Amino acid sequence: MAAAEKPMVIADDLHIVYRVFGAGGDKGTAATALLRIMGRKTRASIREVHAIRGVSFVAYRGDAVGVIGRNGSGKTTLLRAIAGLLPPEQGNVYTDGEAALLGVNAALLDDLTGERNVVLGCLAMGMSKAETRDKFPSIVDFSGVGDFIDLPMKAYSSGMGSRLRFAIAGSKSQDILLVDEALATGDAEFRVKSHARIQELRKDAGTVFLVAHNLEEVEQTCNRVIWMERGKIVTQGEDVIEIIDRYIAASGGAPVERDPVTGKRIHARVPLKT
Amino acid sequence: MSNDRRLSAPGQLQAGDEFATTGLVTTELPDTPLAQLAAEHGLRPSAERPPVLRYLKHLWQRRHFIMAFATARNIAMYTEARLGQVWQVLTPLLNAGVYFLIFGLLLHINRGIPNYLAFLVTGVFVFNFTQRAFISTSTVVTESLPLIRALRFPRAALPLAYVMIELQQMALSIIVLGVIVVCTGEPITWYWLLVIPALLLQTIFNVGAGLATARLGSNVNDFSQLLPFLMRTWLYVSGVLFQISTLDIARRWVALLQINPAAIYITLFREALLKSQRQSQPGAMPYNALKCAQWHHTKKPLDWSAYCAPVTNPAHYWYYAIAWAVLALVVGFFFFHRAEAKYGRG
Repeated sequence: MAAAEKPMVIADDLHIVYRVFGAGGDKGTAATALLRIMGRKTRASIREVHAIRGVSFVAYRGDAVGVIGRNGSGKTTLLRAIAGLLPPEQGNVYTDGEAALLGVNAALLDDLTGERNVVLGCLAMGMSKAETRDKFPSIVDFSGVGDFIDLPMKAYSSGMGSRLRFAIAGSKSQDILLVDEALATGDAEFRVKSHARIQELRKDAGTVFLVAHNLEEVEQTCNRVIWMERGKIVTQGEDVIEIIDRYIAASGGAPVERDPVTGKRIHARVPLKT
Repeated sequence: MSNDRRLSAPGQLQAGDEFATTGLVTTELPDTPLAQLAAEHGLRPSAERPPVLRYLKHLWQRRHFIMAFATARNIAMYTEARLGQVWQVLTPLLNAGVYFLIFGLLLHINRGIPNYLAFLVTGVFVFNFTQRAFISTSTVVTESLPLIRALRFPRAALPLAYVMIELQQMALSIIVLGVIVVCTGEPITWYWLLVIPALLLQTIFNVGAGLATARLGSNVNDFSQLLPFLMRTWLYVSGVLFQISTLDIARRWVALLQINPAAIYITLFREALLKSQRQSQPGAMPYNALKCAQWHHTKKPLDWSAYCAPVTNPAHYWYYAIAWAVLALVVGFFFFHRAEAKYGRG
């Protein structure tokens, strides 16, 4: 990247530590608990999980950064840290503007109808009442949940839920959009739509981070990729295809057959699940 | 950063972090130190909490969100019940019904208080507003965690919305209360208008207290377990069931109980709504040792408690009410704001 470009997200030797309460080192039976209490162990056992261990990178305006790595490598934690939801233990993440996190688990209010979730989501993102009213039809339309919009969200399938959430969060031009496998549950049609929406958001001079186990998704969407393993960056670069191939090889997957000129995948294959 | 209790991120590759990355074109980090680069381009730490004034501005921008969230929660609360929104009115009615059954019909005790039923129901309703504000805000952060983790907004909007829900309930309760009070023979007077400033001050107090409770409940799970017991103790020392001034304890303790926020707001409501209370408050009549002593021994006539000397000056109740409201709001707000960046951690 040319140095003249504007950085949007900078991670500087970032460390994130989760504290887990009540995680005993011994077996969690009543007998061991009693022994522990009798032994007057004063401190309740707190264990720490060092989920991100010194990550540094710079993402620029207009970048779409794919984050790959196996389960538990710290991808979701990294996005949460960028979104400002987790305080860093050491180092820091700097962002230009606000970052919106869009994840599969980010249900809004389950016992409320889709309609109310749309309105509340828009208002929470700081839209005015009028803006919310204007955007409402397009959000409902984009989500494609149709008549389900006046049912409580707990009645939604996981795919419908994540579509609606994507539609809500994607309705506002975000400075930084963090997508955490939100597209994993969508159907083919929705993937096409959300893909287009991400491109659009990128054009609005934002930066997009995409965490996906579907590597084809990353290939199609991202111009840069960060490969994480055990809380550290293995490698990062703009050679998306090459890095993904190395990642597949490291995970023990069969190599992807590619067109030697374009680098495109030659035939559709079942996406590698890790 | 070494700690034997610390786990690193899981992964099957225990042998080390060695991967075949040779020959890859990797992005080099800029030469400038990253923190300096961030400062040069005006980037801010993402987990930084905004300064107070900007935070308040953001909060003001979210006022429609607060109201919409409160309404939505209120509706959701009753969607499982067949009668739905009717419960909003039914709940205070049933509450009052229980007290009427026990204290109006079964137990003919008045503890030396004229119009005891109206006295009691007013106390219960007013205390209930503060109690519910405390209990519901203690779980607001854990309940709204998905929302907190999905969208960025000033977190104080959530406890604020919960207090608004309780305010809406309280407004309906006050209507029910008015009807009950009239049924017990109290006249409708201009004093009733004093309910509005009293309610306003109590709401401000509840907002402040709710902000503090929300933070306490967000990371200390034991707190929400303890809260019901604290609230019950508070109920008993706040003169909901009896007149604090008649307690047989040292006068400085009586004074302390009388100026506790719950007792203050209850007293303000009682004096606004109940003529019998205004006329029987100790100090309402010039001090008369004989009449006061007779009332102490026989509890008759009921309103002769007015001839006793007041422990605290009733004229100062409004000052106490304002002081508590402001104190709670300022302390609660700053206490909540300090942990703003950490609520998403769960």
